[in-house]
Amino acid sequence: MRAADALMESLKAEGVQHIFGIPGGANLPTYDALVDADLDHIQVRHEQGGGHAAEGYAKASGRVGVAFATSGPGATNLVTAIADAMLDSVPTVFVTGQVRTELIGTDGFQEADILGSTLPFVKHSFQVADPRQIPEYVHEAFHVASTGRPGPVLLDIPQDLSRAEIEYQPRTDPVELPGYKPSTEGNIKQIRIAAKALANASRPVFYTGGGVINGNASEELRELAASDAFPVTSTVMGLGAFPASNENWLGMLGMHGTRTANYAMDNADLIVAIGARFDDRITGKLSEFAPRAKFIHIDIDPAEISKNVAAHIPIVGDVKHVLPKLTREYRALQTDSSRLDAWWKQLRAWQEEYPLTYEPGDGGEIKPQFMIEAMHRATEGDAIITSDVGQHQMWAAQYYGFDRPRRWINSGGLGTMGFGLPAAIGAKVACPDEQVVCLAGDGSLVMNCQELATAVHQNIPVKVFLMNNGYMGMVRQWQELFWDRRYSSVEMGPSPDWVKLAEAFGATGLRCEESADLEETMRSALDTEGPVLVDVRVTPEENCYPMIPAGAAARDMVG
Amino acid sequence: MEAGTPEAVRLEDLKVPGQLTGRKHVLSILVENRPGVLARIAGLFARRGFNIDTLAVGPTDDANISRITLTLDGAVHPIDQVTKQLHKLVNVLKIRDMEPEETIAREMALFKVTAAVENRGEIMQFADIFRAKIVDVSRRTMTVEVTGSADKIEAFERMIRPHGLVEMVRTGEIAIARGGE
Repeated sequence: MRAADALMESLKAEGVQHIFGIPGGANLPTYDALVDADLDHIQVRHEQGGGHAAEGYAKASGRVGVAFATSGPGATNLVTAIADAMLDSVPTVFVTGQVRTELIGTDGFQEADILGSTLPFVKHSFQVADPRQIPEYVHEAFHVASTGRPGPVLLDIPQDLSRAEIEYQPRTDPVELPGYKPSTEGNIKQIRIAAKALANASRPVFYTGGGVINGNASEELRELAASDAFPVTSTVMGLGAFPASNENWLGMLGMHGTRTANYAMDNADLIVAIGARFDDRITGKLSEFAPRAKFIHIDIDPAEISKNVAAHIPIVGDVKHVLPKLTREYRALQTDSSRLDAWWKQLRAWQEEYPLTYEPGDGGEIKPQFMIEAMHRATEGDAIITSDVGQHQMWAAQYYGFDRPRRWINSGGLGTMGFGLPAAIGAKVACPDEQVVCLAGDGSLVMNCQELATAVHQNIPVKVFLMNNGYMGMVRQWQELFWDRRYSSVEMGPSPDWVKLAEAFGATGLRCEESADLEETMRSALDTEGPVLVDVRVTPEENCYPMIPAGAAARDMVG
Repeated sequence: MEAGTPEAVRLEDLKVPGQLTGRKHVLSILVENRPGVLARIAGLFARRGFNIDTLAVGPTDDANISRITLTLDGAVHPIDQVTKQLHKLVNVLKIRDMEPEETIAREMALFKVTAAVENRGEIMQFADIFRAKIVDVSRRTMTVEVTGSADKIEAFERMIRPHGLVEMVRTGEIAIARGGE
């Protein structure tokens, strides 16, 4: 069998149905094999879009996302998406074409050392040197991408090798990689110590992250939190793992988290970090982070434990396995919940005193926070929301109130502007029966707006709700607050006309400038067939609050 | 009470171990013998800001496995974090943080020294004291091969430098555990 056909068979053997990508010279054999492969290929318009679509697909479904690109510029266009997938632990496999073997190292046409340039941010990578390796490498790539702490795996295939003839044997045997054995179970002694520490905590907080979503452990988290009156907060990556409507929910923590969540961390005596990694957006000034707390840290990646904040009780394992054991051990201790009463009294007092709030708009003015609330009503709080990066992302994280996992898809670690639209396309392909909305910013959307062509051409009916404030709003906010309002290259100007742009791509374009019309406009967008872009004109210079200024401590929140 | 766990855990008793050991560490790393493995390790050190003092790479008795021996300073780097990051590389099979008391560590160095005829005797005496070998002689220079611990090589360098050190080449330390298996 031709190696390129074996590649298709190998992908199918891993359960792949959908691939995002663009053909080019070096992956011509791959695309030729696709013609007969019985796989759904979504032809995107830029490889970065393909990469983010694969991420959106993976984040929405939990399945491995796959993207193809050709060599050289095709491959380097994927780099941002690969780095994004690394920082957010997204199970993805990227297959790049490479120049012919004899040209490697000669600066051949469209040659780029994609393996070398992505080394810092792949979970693993392979360059095929012998076409017979392809089935084995694909099998290993999917195993590495999807197990342990998930992440991106790159497979680089020289053009001549994918044309070679090989014997194809399906690989379904368990993968044996001697240097890769993730620990999943969690040390039971450590779990018992953790349960006992929890039993003696009077001001505990659960600080949860994207690991709970990646580990499909939302149920298990709810069980644990319900085993006593444990307050729960989450990073932007973990939203939805614990229902925002639950009474134990404190809201998001970190730079734009709620005061209650951040003050809770500041005053806690025991913090249980679950699938979270103490990012600087969470800790603020590290030396003043949670100064009264001891830490239980549960993570599948041992290198995260004590990387930024030293853990008193480290537990390496899959949250899906560890949390039920912790729940069981904790319940067996039969603790008295009343020890948490004083803590809850304090938490409720903060919630009362510092709710998320904003000044209502004048007349028909659409406040950005109001837009998120309108989006919640129009989607009945149950759409898959993808987001770009910036103020709109933080407002959505604060105000949408996610009740289920895998409904909030954003670029948290790398903070990639332009992520939202292609991620929405990927999410919609993965979940065609779900309502998928991309909440975009006008600074971000223009960075990958070419993917509107993909949505129209491939008939992927995503809805884009554009929060248009005429600025790169978050950068503007920082320039206002910390750089004496000396605005530097943050105004977006009058271009483009988003309605016309949507129409030029063959999508439906709508515009809304009156708060009274907003919810109705959103509903009509959701009811309209095909891709729709709604240009929502919001308050230009609204700031996102509350906020921990960079490098400050939680108790120094402003706004 | 379950075996091995305390009856109660008081939060005030919980402590974290220090991150810095304050001494030199020799890491012996077994890796798959595949293209790019060294680049992965070197890149990891570079981007995490870990500074390698010495590095030696060579084959093992198994053709599929290479050994990388590297030394780094535990006074400035959290060794535990370094080894955990290394373990994340799929091609890294095993890492051993060699205990100084339990380890034989050796390095080889070549010293090319200015050696006029009248100085040669003294250089040869030094070489003798350090159990080093003269491996090359030219009209103006002598080249000395020294093997031993890093300390010994540094001591030899101090002795020989006043004679005019033309060039020095060091391999970096390699290490093996004493006795045992």
